[in-house]
Amino acid sequence: MKPAPFDYRAAASVDETLPLLGLDSAVLAGGQSLVPLLNLRLARPELVVDINGVTELDYVREDDGALRIGAMTRQVALERSELVSERWPLLHKAVELVGHPQIRARGTVGGSVVHADPAAELPVALTALGARFHLRSADGARALGAAEWFKGALYTAREPQELLVEIELPAESADARSGFAEHARTHGDFATAGAAAVRFRDGGAALVLLGAGDVPARAEAAERALAGGAAPREAAALAARDVAGDHRRALCAELARRAIEEATA
Amino acid sequence: MRIGVEINGRPYEGEVEPRTLLSDFIRHDAGLTGTKVGCEQGVCGACTVQLDGEAVRSCLMLAVQANGRSLRTVEGLAPDGELHPLQRAFHEAHALQCGFCTPGFLMSIEAFLREHPDAGEEQLREALAGNLCRCTGYLGIVEAVERAAREMRG
Repeated sequence: MKPAPFDYRAAASVDETLPLLGLDSAVLAGGQSLVPLLNLRLARPELVVDINGVTELDYVREDDGALRIGAMTRQVALERSELVSERWPLLHKAVELVGHPQIRARGTVGGSVVHADPAAELPVALTALGARFHLRSADGARALGAAEWFKGALYTAREPQELLVEIELPAESADARSGFAEHARTHGDFATAGAAAVRFRDGGAALVLLGAGDVPARAEAAERALAGGAAPREAAALAARDVAGDHRRALCAELARRAIEEATA
Repeated sequence: MRIGVEINGRPYEGEVEPRTLLSDFIRHDAGLTGTKVGCEQGVCGACTVQLDGEAVRSCLMLAVQANGRSLRTVEGLAPDGELHPLQRAFHEAHALQCGFCTPGFLMSIEAFLREHPDAGEEQLREALAGNLCRCTGYLGIVEAVERAAREMRG
């Protein structure tokens, strides 16, 4: 099996990357989603722009209380980050469930966010934590919240000439209590359903379902109920109320309950 | 494109197209056929090798991306013909039948055990979940890995 022929350029910086981006190019980060698509010829870009040499996008750091994650940060680096496991434990719980160690050794945080698989863990956790996605293009820069970023299955608001450069988590999301639960047929497989729950220090709550739709879905009614003191089971049932299919709805409700209880314990 | 890769401590050079997968470079250009190619979409784990010490799927990397890097394949586990403790344990615990998946299992779990020498059975099973075996089943494999881990801890 071979990908269709393509031209290849390895960029060493963001400035070098941006002019190469366009309708016929694909950005190669960790390659754990793009390369299968190339091998199966489901993706046939004319140009592959390799950003593995763009080391300026490989960082996890706290900045004035906020967490900044460079888009080329490997999933394994997020998993091993003490800053993340101590201050943003939800991200640690989520990234441990991404694929297998061999996938996380190459896969990147930015790649997962741009690929936007509805069964992916990181988009769900990042949505629950109020992430903002920073983009750059030759023409400028912009930042979007999760609600504007995730448009559908494998579909985001990124324009072909834009590069995701950073994921930012607001200072309010630090030191929150959190829980993540999912169901997959075997460890590391794509999850059938899941849920991320966050109880913020200011009393607010976030609850996001995985597998309930094409994008990470915030369960706003359940979030309000939780902030108002509702029991985990009650809020979880409310979150899963509109999920299609009896089995999936039951899974979502149960996993949401576990995530909320973990965040409440 | 001309690339140079160090594999098991030896330099290999080759002329590759950008679309050449690292797994094909290892087998066809370097002639190291211990690394197997199964699904070529990152699911089966048969092509697992170590890139600068980390286990990775060689079918999900382009050969050009390994230029100047250091790789280890199953041939590097027993450089002098003496089996690695993991290989010996796989043999003794009947952890293989056809052997096609074995190099991938070995390279995955060798990297894992270096980082987690004291892993318990549950952790080992999770670490093995990224490699598929379609004939032996996994009991023998789990037993072999536990046996080797004990021996390697000394």
